Amino acid sequence: MHNIPKTRREMPPTPISYPTVGSMGKTGSWRTFRPEVDYSKCTKCTLCWIYCPDSAIARQEDDSPKIDYDYCKGCGICANECPAKAITMKREEE
Amino acid sequence: MTQTIIDTANHIAGYAAKAAKVKVVAAYPITPQTTVVEKIADFVESGEMQAEYIRVESEHSAMVACIGAAAAGVRTFTATSAHGLALMHEALHWASGSRLPIVMTVSNRAMGAPWSIWPDFSDSLSQRDTGWLQFYCADNQEVFDTVIQAYKLCESEQVFLPAMVCLEGFILSHTYMPVKIPDQEKIDDFLPPYKGGWILDTNNPLSHSNLVTPEWYMEFRYMIQEAMEKAKQLIPQIDREYEELFGFEHGGLVEKYKCDDADLILLTMGTMGSEAKIAVDNLRREGQKVGSARVRVFRPFPVEEIWKLAENAQMFATIDRHISFGMEGFLATEIKASIFNRKDRPLIAGFLAGLGGRDVTFETIGKIAKKSLKWMRDGKVEKETEWVNLRG
Repeated sequence: MHNIPKTRREMPPTPISYPTVGSMGKTGSWRTFRPEVDYSKCTKCTLCWIYCPDSAIARQEDDSPKIDYDYCKGCGICANECPAKAITMKREEE
Repeated sequence: MTQTIIDTANHIAGYAAKAAKVKVVAAYPITPQTTVVEKIADFVESGEMQAEYIRVESEHSAMVACIGAAAAGVRTFTATSAHGLALMHEALHWASGSRLPIVMTVSNRAMGAPWSIWPDFSDSLSQRDTGWLQFYCADNQEVFDTVIQAYKLCESEQVFLPAMVCLEGFILSHTYMPVKIPDQEKIDDFLPPYKGGWILDTNNPLSHSNLVTPEWYMEFRYMIQEAMEKAKQLIPQIDREYEELFGFEHGGLVEKYKCDDADLILLTMGTMGSEAKIAVDNLRREGQKVGSARVRVFRPFPVEEIWKLAENAQMFATIDRHISFGMEGFLATEIKASIFNRKDRPLIAGFLAGLGGRDVTFETIGKIAKKSLKWMRDGKVEKETEWVNLRG
């Protein structure tokens, strides 16, 4: 963890940020629709992993996707891009 | 071994980028800058220069490619003119705010409309407030030396800012002059490889220049101003160090000529400074105590040097190859602002000359000096801004 400077002398010349997990909390709670993967249809093309704008899809060892529901905001880009139609968006309450 | 070549200032800028061992060049051609990047393309193609040459679709892209490369920790170079520089404007702020020591030559050209390709400082002076250092050269040797010096200065951890090295289109960009290129090993000693203050590294990922709240923004601005002040101290030092090693110096912040006992000092930038020296010699032969001060560095502005000049002179005449519409030339404004709080300050007359490439010869400058001397003796500047050789 990098310390937040207190005085000007401790500041870097331009703001520098290092990646941390979930500094805004678990953003998955913002979701209205959740993506669900039908692994029987998935061709492991990894397009969903490439397109996910929040890096909330992990690429598993066999190249199939694993959605991180703690951070997936439910934008639906993965479902839209999936050429095999293996991802469907379902209402959270369903 | 030092090599003497005869070439244009644009080609010399290319030689300087090669001598500085620049690693990434991203550029888009525009008259009168084009031959800078053509020369570099030749060097890269022939293998004389080991650099990545990125062809881009616009000057905005050229600048952001340089920003990315500099952020990855390599020495970068680009060059442009006029509307190309204007198109870079937004990215120029990102380069300085991210504290990246990119060096860019600007082959100065007048802004349209009306369309013009001839020299005028309105392109680079419009970028005055972007946080870039600005050097203005008077000959081809100075172009070579200033590019090398600019890297040395900008890569200092006390500075970490980008710099423009400006040369007037055609007057310098396409004019052949002899230039001495020092021995590469000596240049390498003077200019060691670039070490960034922070660099993008996939093994230790970071992002830079992110959103800051009002709580933090002012401090980042203050640090840029601090770096500019530091650069002001370092420029004369680096110029002297360069002279000791290579035999050339260009006056540090201000190139002064016969100013010590001068009643009238002619303040210029760029090649008008060379013409002004001839004008001074002619006027001295007539018994007039006139001197010339060529402002070589416009950002940071050499306020303290101007104070020193103001101590003995009775009159300043500024000559601007540029106008800030609705006011006057920037050099006039900056000189006035610099000495406003000084005691017994000289009178200041502002002259506009050479806009859009109209010739400013020693004869033109001689006329400016004579008018200024008259106003000096009358104790009154008749016109705040005088347009030289304007059609009636």
